[in-house]
Amino acid sequence: MSLLEVTDLRIRYARQGRLKAALRRESHDFEAVCGVSFTLEPGQTLGLVGESGSGKSTIARTLIGLKKSSGGSIRFDGAEISQASGRDWARLRREMSMMWQDPVGSLSPRLTVKSLVTEPLRINGLPAGRTEAERLLGLVGLPAEFATRYPHQLSGGQARRVGVARALALDPKLLIADEPTAGLDMSVQGEVLNLLAEVQARSGVAIVIITHNLNLVRHVTDQMAIMYLGRFVEQGPTEQVFAHPRHPYTKALLAANPEPDPEARHERVALSGEVPSPVNRPSGCDFHPRCPWAREACAAKEPGWTEESGRGHRCLFPL
Amino acid sequence: MASAAVSHRTAEAPQTADPLVSVEGLSVDFATPRGTIHALRDISLEVPKGKVLGLVGESGCGKSTLAYSMIGLLAENARVAGGAIRMGGQDLAHLKPKAWRDLRGTRIAMIFQDPMTSLNPVTTIGKQMIDIQYREPISRSEKRARAIEFLEQVQLPDAAAKLDVYPHQLSGGMRQRVCIAMALLTRPDLLIADEPTTALDATLELQIVTLLRELQETFGCSVLFVSHHLGTVAELCDEVAVMYAGEVVERGHVREVFHAPRHPYTQALFDCDPARIRQATRQLPTIPGTLPDLRQPPAGCAFRARCSKAFGRCAAEHPPLHAAGPGQVARCHLNDPAEDVA
Amino acid sequence: MTDATQSPLPEPGLLARSLSVLSGNRTGVIGFVLVALIVGSAILAPWIVPYDPTAIMTGPRMAPPSAEHWLGTDNIGRDIFSRVIAGGRIAMLVAAASLTAALSAGLLLGLIAGLGPRWLDNLLLLVFDALRSFPTIVFGLAVVTIIGPSLFTVMLVVAITSVPIYARIVRTQTLALKNAEFILAERAMGVGLPRLLFVHVLPNVLGPLLILASMDVPLVIATEAGLSFLGMGVRPPTPSWGVILNDGYNFIRNSPWPVIGGSIPIILVTLGFTFMGEALRDIFDPKLRKAG
Repeated sequence: MSLLEVTDLRIRYARQGRLKAALRRESHDFEAVCGVSFTLEPGQTLGLVGESGSGKSTIARTLIGLKKSSGGSIRFDGAEISQASGRDWARLRREMSMMWQDPVGSLSPRLTVKSLVTEPLRINGLPAGRTEAERLLGLVGLPAEFATRYPHQLSGGQARRVGVARALALDPKLLIADEPTAGLDMSVQGEVLNLLAEVQARSGVAIVIITHNLNLVRHVTDQMAIMYLGRFVEQGPTEQVFAHPRHPYTKALLAANPEPDPEARHERVALSGEVPSPVNRPSGCDFHPRCPWAREACAAKEPGWTEESGRGHRCLFPL
Repeated sequence: MASAAVSHRTAEAPQTADPLVSVEGLSVDFATPRGTIHALRDISLEVPKGKVLGLVGESGCGKSTLAYSMIGLLAENARVAGGAIRMGGQDLAHLKPKAWRDLRGTRIAMIFQDPMTSLNPVTTIGKQMIDIQYREPISRSEKRARAIEFLEQVQLPDAAAKLDVYPHQLSGGMRQRVCIAMALLTRPDLLIADEPTTALDATLELQIVTLLRELQETFGCSVLFVSHHLGTVAELCDEVAVMYAGEVVERGHVREVFHAPRHPYTQALFDCDPARIRQATRQLPTIPGTLPDLRQPPAGCAFRARCSKAFGRCAAEHPPLHAAGPGQVARCHLNDPAEDVA
Repeated sequence: MTDATQSPLPEPGLLARSLSVLSGNRTGVIGFVLVALIVGSAILAPWIVPYDPTAIMTGPRMAPPSAEHWLGTDNIGRDIFSRVIAGGRIAMLVAAASLTAALSAGLLLGLIAGLGPRWLDNLLLLVFDALRSFPTIVFGLAVVTIIGPSLFTVMLVVAITSVPIYARIVRTQTLALKNAEFILAERAMGVGLPRLLFVHVLPNVLGPLLILASMDVPLVIATEAGLSFLGMGVRPPTPSWGVILNDGYNFIRNSPWPVIGGSIPIILVTLGFTFMGEALRDIFDPKLRKAG
């Protein structure tokens, strides 16, 4: 049984007041995530990749219960959780945790590191003393003397470790990491990713990594999904997607995260234009206005999801 | 490491006969309540005419401080402790405010990381673009026409209509294009770009880098491109200077430096870039250790404590910039011919 | 691993930070000294006044300052210096009580407006703005006509007119915090509302509020003095600074000393608390702290 099974997930955001919308005869909300499906096995890592506005962080917030879904189902550990009650969530939040984008900004500024890492224990009425704090800090390789520091006294990498320790405090089954390397120097990024891999090998936690950085996904995920305008455009085992991208957007993203090689300078696929607004979607394929390979049919016909041998894509004329 | 890539190339030295700007032994200190931070120490480099110089390094290495010192926008607690920045007979490191005002926006222009903060939010793009041409002895309609021409140069779709919009009505990528157009309007000799693509998505980042490359070729200006992103530096720059802890540790042609880095820090930095690792791995390389305290810079090599190749001499003697290949220099004793013999 | 074992940044403590700010800030030092003197004399008033501030003396009337009477005497022979010291006690009492009340109410209403539903936020904002639209003195006079002049009336007027200012600031700060990542992180961990409010939100809005309150002390005291001067506040013979001024004003042609004696403390309080508030802001402002 999969740990996480998301089927046709839809999430809407309000855009304007209902009254104003009615007067203007417009809809008051729009779909930020439209029909996303994926599964995640225990001990595995899934990468959700996309640029800003692709809906990847929205999915994270819905998984952790901070945002309601408007359709579809989310099954966690065999139980449907998309309509879970407050009491269900109290239990669920012990089994899934989240690492937030901003390493320092996601730590309550007036709390010491000791209080921060033991916060999940305290919330759940478990012992949250010095021993627990030191155990958790040890888990992420921070010396015990860090317990008395405040977030603003930490470097980005140190704050990130505190975030990992906090996320692991209750030994969750699922860890959602939103841009785990954002704002970190290249030499520190590796430390954080190695730490996650180490934790996963030890505890078997399943991880969802949300990022715009394809190079990161390549090394730390088993499966990956590429998002564009709230939809998956391609999904499959990471190695295979990197080796043979089927969707033009995937290919363009790969080209935009290049190996730093001055010789390869002129082989890039530079996309023209920018991501359209999810409020005014293009006709046909979402990506056709920017697609270097677009044909006439792409503007007219909306591509469906094609699945073949464990991979899927949403393109009429896959590469 | 001295690879064939270097030897078969007949590279001209980066020190061209007549550079646009030459930084000579520049040192900058910051006074803080906790002591004086020696943020830049003995920086020497040249911005060649009509070329793109990349400035690479991790946070705290001083790359932005160096860029800001070249346009006279250092923070108030900064002090030039030594050296000079020479450009056309002037020393930019010791320029009076009045002289700076004549230089900025004419010979030197800058674009920043966040285009929203460098545009005035309450004025239209058109008004801002017309206003910055106040020095030009041409009519308003000519200024307007020039503004449109430059917006077209930066490939902003529907340029004429964009004159009447406010910055917040544009996307981040378009705002950065507007900033580039404004910076180029005065046809500067030197364009300083401080992490101009960091706030943008990957596909837009590539667009802006490609655009900068094209514009640089069209206008023939020199560009100082500050970035922590090795991929964009490889994409855009002709020459590169790698900075660590307030020093230039290596510089040279981008091809040589990227293919055959001669300073252990440059090598380690490249090794850490996951884009350079072809085989998928769960164990990514890191650089152990931390930056030295810049209030008391170490006596020997600044990178010594984190360097896997450090030896006795590194602690005792501060390495000079050794010639490391055709047009390539590295601040590492390993490049001293004497060490090779030993 | 290595990044983690970095030696701790030498972070100056609150005391060290305060001293370093004050060492470069002469007005700040003046502010703290003045406030200490004023608050100290207010607390110790009953023991340090040389004469009974309300007792009618047989000595000289309308006397200029002398060795016995530092600020002279008033029209019925009371020692002005003693009355000023005792008046300080009243002023501090009014300031402390009304600002505490205003802070608590402002904090509560601001949190409700910031975290509650949109309609409640809009309603509260409307109430705040309505209250703010009355000039304080006019509002005070209206309240006095309804419930009569007394020390309590003064405190009530000051509290009610200050609540909207504090509530608005708390609301703005709360709205900004509401979407801060650390608040989202706490919610994602399932933190209860009381802990969210008192541990994570409140400490982060309290700082700026206290600084503002310190700068508001002179305003409150001026309001009290103003109302008392108009006979709408503290009733004679209780020695409020406003009352002293009013008494002196009637006899200003005979002697300026009662008026001068009544004004000096108001000026000192204004300077002291304003300087102190500015210094506090320098000490607590996180932006300045980061630069340090």
